[in-house]
Amino acid sequence: MTRKRREALAAYAFLAPDALGLLTFVVIPMVLAFGVAFFKVDGFGNYQYTGLSNYKLMFGDDQLLASLKVTAVYVVTFVPIAFVVSFALAMLVRNHFKGIGWVRAAFFLPNVVSLVVVGLIWQFLLVDKRGALSKLLAPLGLGDVSFLGTPSLALGTYVVISVWFLMGYQMLVFLAGLKDVPRELEDAAAIDGASSWQRFRFVIWPLLRPTSFFVVVNSTIGAVTGLQAFDLVFVLTKGGPARATSTVVLYIYEQAFTFNNLGYAAALTTVVVAILVLCTGLMFGVTRGGRFDED
Amino acid sequence: MRIKFLPILAHVLAIIAVLPLLWIVISALKPAEDVFDFGWPSSWTLGNLQYVLLKIPMPRFMLNSAIVSITVTVVALFFHSMAAYALARLRFPGRGLIFSGIMSTLLVSLPVILVPLFLVAKQLGLLDSYAGLIVPSIFHAFGIFLLRQYYLNIPRELEEAADLDGCGYWRRYWSVILPLSRPALASLSVLFFLANWNAFLWPLTITRNPDLRVIQLGVSGMQGQYASAWNLILAAAVIAAIPTVVVFVAGQRRLVDAMKTTGLK
Repeated sequence: MTRKRREALAAYAFLAPDALGLLTFVVIPMVLAFGVAFFKVDGFGNYQYTGLSNYKLMFGDDQLLASLKVTAVYVVTFVPIAFVVSFALAMLVRNHFKGIGWVRAAFFLPNVVSLVVVGLIWQFLLVDKRGALSKLLAPLGLGDVSFLGTPSLALGTYVVISVWFLMGYQMLVFLAGLKDVPRELEDAAAIDGASSWQRFRFVIWPLLRPTSFFVVVNSTIGAVTGLQAFDLVFVLTKGGPARATSTVVLYIYEQAFTFNNLGYAAALTTVVVAILVLCTGLMFGVTRGGRFDED
Repeated sequence: MRIKFLPILAHVLAIIAVLPLLWIVISALKPAEDVFDFGWPSSWTLGNLQYVLLKIPMPRFMLNSAIVSITVTVVALFFHSMAAYALARLRFPGRGLIFSGIMSTLLVSLPVILVPLFLVAKQLGLLDSYAGLIVPSIFHAFGIFLLRQYYLNIPRELEEAADLDGCGYWRRYWSVILPLSRPALASLSVLFFLANWNAFLWPLTITRNPDLRVIQLGVSGMQGQYASAWNLILAAAVIAAIPTVVVFVAGQRRLVDAMKTTGLK
């Protein structure tokens, strides 16, 4: 056996466990979703081919529409807010000062705790009237506000909690990007008389574009399909009140495991995948893959 | 002036950020009737923690989570380092294709493939078993990606020396590459442990048997059972969070290194 062949065989052997695993538990499920979508599956696992009827069902599904709206509103609020907050935090803890280690750790700490615990923490802090926040707001006359019980407020509350949970992680990504901004460039701009805003706008911001792009894409995908879209709402509100926080992934879960409509849930899955591919493609197209620095 | 103001602001914001966590720890140490009171408890009690540890099978939940998290972490590190070694160090037909194939799975998250994954797990007889909790959680492209990046930077000479000594590929991976990648493996182990200890959706989907309940399921289950016994719910939440905070504090630097790499560095 030649050396070349030996090397190739060894490589395939090294790759085999992970390749088989990813195939079985990621790729096949992805493909399977598109197949199962054409079947009606009952609670006993009986499959019955029904063609496109699962897709037709979606058009009359008001709860699906509501969930799509919730996810859309969540994305367009969570992504920019989390971006600005974590960027600001990264700029704040960029330069060394006394106790910087603890400050960075503190911003990251909420991300270490599980989303279940995060949900319970905020449920407790937001308990109507008796909760810490209600007591804190009572002097302002806001002691009776129910942050998780009012449909118009629940989604916003969920956004704020998500930002608190994820800001430390995004801050770290920005910090890593900021490391690549050469000090000399900033110093040179400062010597030329650039204000701190100008240094930010014309030196840091353009050089950070690839990082910013990554954060936006990553955080959009996370907002639509991440665990934050399931675990947190499941514990916090169960999608309520009046489905005001029912995200698409929560709705799919309910269809599959509460109502046993596995076929319909699979069809919904394919729609989410399509939306996701479309959004990512669009973002790459609009921004040319985050390489704006070439213009 | 600015130089003095910003660090103070940072410290204040840091305290605000951790305040909810601190609040919960303090509240979990208050007697039931004081749990909603502001600030320092008038009397401290360990009763809540005692209750959830003794009257609720919290130790069992923790044991289940420990078994799952540790097994997944060890096996995943083993498999991922093997795959990464091949991708970074060996030449073979289809390498580019296989690599992009693996990377493209990074876009797929659990909530998206939950339903079909459940069907696959069911076909494989994994429902309601430790294997069902463990096996599907092992495979994730991120670890492969991170380790590959790391291996690309290990000097070739080190491996060539082993080659001259007549070592096969397995020995080169096991005795040269693996020991050299300890820092990367340590970073990933922190990340994997946290992700699996904190896992909720997959255990929720695949287990019914109360004996297989993992910690996050146990804690979230308190919501229904002990609806307004907040002192007990908080005690359980604190117990679930302690290992993650300990692992974070111990492995902070490692975790930060791994996280930064998610920023496509």
